[in-house]
Amino acid sequence: MTGGQVLTAILVAGAQIVIVGVGGLLLLGLMRKLRSRLEGRVGPPIHQPLLNVRKLFRKQRVRPEESSWVFAAAPVVLVATAVVVAAISPLATTRPPLGRSADFFAIVFVLLLGSAVLALAALDTGTPFGGMGSSRAMTIGAIAEPALLVAILAMSIPAHTSNLPVLVRLGLTHPQMIASPGRILALSSFAIIILAESGRLPVDNPSTHLELTMIHEAMVLEYAGPDLALVATGEAMRFSLLLGLLVNLLAPWGIADRPGAVALVIGIAMLAVKVALAGVCIAIFEVFTAKLRLFRVPELLAGGFVLAVLGTVTALVVR
Amino acid sequence: MSNLSLVIAATAGLVAVIAGAALPRRIRVWAVVLSTWASCVAALTGSLIVLHTGRSMVLSSSQILPLTGVHMVLDPLGAVFVVITAVVAIASTLYWIGYAGHGLSTRTAAASLPLFVLSMLLLPAAGSVATFLVLWELMAVTSLILVLGDQHERAETRSAGQWYAVMTHVGAAAILLALVLLSAHSGSQTFAAIRVHAHHLSPALRNTAFLLAVIGFGSKAGAVPFHVWLPKAHPEAPSPVSALMSGAMVNLGIYGIVLVGDRLLGGGPVWWWLLVMALGIASALFGALHAATSTDLKRLLAYSTADNMGLVLIGLGASGMFAATGHRTTATVAMVAALLLVVNHAAFKGSLFLSAGSVQVATGVRDLDQLGGLMTRMPITGAIFLVGALSIAALPPLNGFVSEWLLFQSLLHGLPTSSTAVAIAVPLGVAALALTGGLTLAAFVKATGVGFLGRPRSPEATAAHEVPRTMQIGAGLLAMACVALGVAPFIVLPALGRASQIAIPGTSASVLRGSKYLHVAGLQGVLAPALLAASLVLAAVVVVALRRLVHRRSMPTPSLRRAEPWGSGRELQTARMQYTATSFAEPLQRVFDDVVHPDRDVDVDHVVESRYYFERISVRTSIGDIIENRLYRPAIRAVRWWGRQARHLQNGSVHRYLAYGFVALVLVLVVIT
Repeated sequence: MTGGQVLTAILVAGAQIVIVGVGGLLLLGLMRKLRSRLEGRVGPPIHQPLLNVRKLFRKQRVRPEESSWVFAAAPVVLVATAVVVAAISPLATTRPPLGRSADFFAIVFVLLLGSAVLALAALDTGTPFGGMGSSRAMTIGAIAEPALLVAILAMSIPAHTSNLPVLVRLGLTHPQMIASPGRILALSSFAIIILAESGRLPVDNPSTHLELTMIHEAMVLEYAGPDLALVATGEAMRFSLLLGLLVNLLAPWGIADRPGAVALVIGIAMLAVKVALAGVCIAIFEVFTAKLRLFRVPELLAGGFVLAVLGTVTALVVR
Repeated sequence: MSNLSLVIAATAGLVAVIAGAALPRRIRVWAVVLSTWASCVAALTGSLIVLHTGRSMVLSSSQILPLTGVHMVLDPLGAVFVVITAVVAIASTLYWIGYAGHGLSTRTAAASLPLFVLSMLLLPAAGSVATFLVLWELMAVTSLILVLGDQHERAETRSAGQWYAVMTHVGAAAILLALVLLSAHSGSQTFAAIRVHAHHLSPALRNTAFLLAVIGFGSKAGAVPFHVWLPKAHPEAPSPVSALMSGAMVNLGIYGIVLVGDRLLGGGPVWWWLLVMALGIASALFGALHAATSTDLKRLLAYSTADNMGLVLIGLGASGMFAATGHRTTATVAMVAALLLVVNHAAFKGSLFLSAGSVQVATGVRDLDQLGGLMTRMPITGAIFLVGALSIAALPPLNGFVSEWLLFQSLLHGLPTSSTAVAIAVPLGVAALALTGGLTLAAFVKATGVGFLGRPRSPEATAAHEVPRTMQIGAGLLAMACVALGVAPFIVLPALGRASQIAIPGTSASVLRGSKYLHVAGLQGVLAPALLAASLVLAAVVVVALRRLVHRRSMPTPSLRRAEPWGSGRELQTARMQYTATSFAEPLQRVFDDVVHPDRDVDVDHVVESRYYFERISVRTSIGDIIENRLYRPAIRAVRWWGRQARHLQNGSVHRYLAYGFVALVLVLVVIT
């Protein structure tokens, strides 16, 4: 690698990280705004999540008395995993830095590290709510994760690889691959998993603070100040990352397939538009959906799992 | 030259046994440990030479002691298992130095431990049926003595020992039958001769031998439904022994299946390996589910051993199927993935069992519901357990992740196949692999979070202190191996490639290439474990630096305040209000109710005046092993019943005995004529 290539790689990675970080928070603001308007309320401004994070960074750090270093480390790990995935995933370009090693399975496991550490931190608070959130999140994760992995397998079979940039690029060069039944089944499963993993309706209600109904909010109840800001940023990044991957696998058009600044700018703009559209769809869906009872959620996820297994079988048969 | 290493290993091991039996208590432990280390280092050196050169090491006892039938051949496949055993043994015996103050320091234990290690070191080098069986039996008996340890007065330990003794001997009988069948029809008892003759055997004989071997070795590897001894013996055994059993002994079950299936019989029809894969899927799911719902820390680890061995069997099964359908390169990748998982499992399960033992020494309890808050009280043990837990949950940048990735890749790679059976089995295998991964993560978040984080749930946990330094180092060595193997799996992959070549001949050793990127032959994707680890660390450092920067600019005196947890504004929060392991696993248990079948007892005392008010409610739940209850217990009851019926034959009357003798004589005469 020459110096120029390294510089380009750093620039591309930086651009993707910033668009995922800032864009993720704005996406949440956009979805909140849209939901409020649809429900007949005015709602906070779209950039409110950014203001919240800025405010939180200025506050004092507070930690529960008996917590250990795990509690303090969790927000950092959460954001770090999201940053690494944002840097190496094919979001704005199909040639991200370290793209050769951007394996779909690897990326899922890196993101999983973030959720595992957050679940540990929730237990570290020593409060009933932390344990409650952690237990529920792990139960849902234990069923959502397998569905996701099988969905990835279904998408990888026709491509003979689980390398993400290759999977996205194949969508550009062979559009018929996207419309293959195996891929469609796998992507629908992926969509269900995204809702579960990022705590959206109908699995978890992101806007509630009513103790007994919440999953994710219960886990991060004890965080305050800069730590809470990191958790909020990390969660927003993960949500927009997963959505970005979904839209690029579903409709890769617009993504930068050639090197060059113009292509990259177009890629970023298209990514923002596509992810915003996906967010709008989810927000509209959420207005008309009620939260599922906790013990009905596994049924939904099992549905996702079955879809993914069907996708694998279809991908094998329809070749 | 390298032949000498096995002789040295055996001699040093025997010295350790004598030292353990003869020396006084003060110097016994150190003498045994030092000579066991000498034995391990010698075996390790020999195996590394074999792995490096790729040439087998042959040693026949007629060279040393005439008229003894010992025949040793150490090939690269066996050498991998010797290396694993040696490393786990070095770490566990180091740990034992500190542990001996709390038990396992009697003469019997001190003599059995090195003998157990020695038998496991030599077993993969056995080159003939007799040598193999003698070492196998030695391993079974010494491990049984160690399981009973110095707790043999406890009813639970005695029952565990009984189960273990029966299961291991039923398994040994099956292995004996399989190997004797093969050697009888080959006319020689050396493995080399059996290998040559194996192709001329009738299919029925080959099938019988393979099935018997799967039963025998499967019971050692803890494959469902032969796993019942595992969740009993592993928790009751003293922790260094648990680590040895789980990190080294169960692997030899895997070795046995590869030995008979691939080495001696040279692969087989697809259905053999479908069977192995089915066993693997059952063990993986069953083990993971029980690990997720267990509340006893060591029982949880034992079930997770069944789960991991199940994953190894899935890899073995896939490898055999690919080889049988002619995809030999893919078969080698799957075999390497399975072997890498065996190596990784030894590292993380060893460190987990050893640190669980430290917890038991420090607190006296194994029940997760009574632990908590240990991360601040035992920071080093806690960190070791955390590393082990994250590794076993296959999270990057630790070693479990690499083997999981490789297993996924080999299954993905094997999919374009012509065989329908393979095309159905592989997606099922992937689904099982994925589901197991999710459940394992839940189990180990529970074990770490409830056991080590939060507030202590009992006075014992509150009073816990860090254990002696040797115990920390012993467990820490294996935890460091987890990190090293996760960042640089390349240090073991060439050796595993050679070993797979032995199991599946006729392929190139370089199916996995690269030193920075892990490249699977024929696949586009690569994995860069070191780069991934480096970028994760870099990202974490940048995030911390940025947080400091922003925080410092806005706050004149950045400070960290420790406060009472908020808990939704609840006042007076006690440690008893925390989620316990039972409550943590409750949702999962409900989801998998049909498989787990928990027993639930609810006692309600009503207030005398009104049935609508309660005086006291007590709830007891317990989760038994459904296979033990539905399969083994009825069998045991049937045997008991048979025994009671047989008792009627003996009523003490001499006349009746004379009649028996007469009838028997008549029968014999009838048969003869």
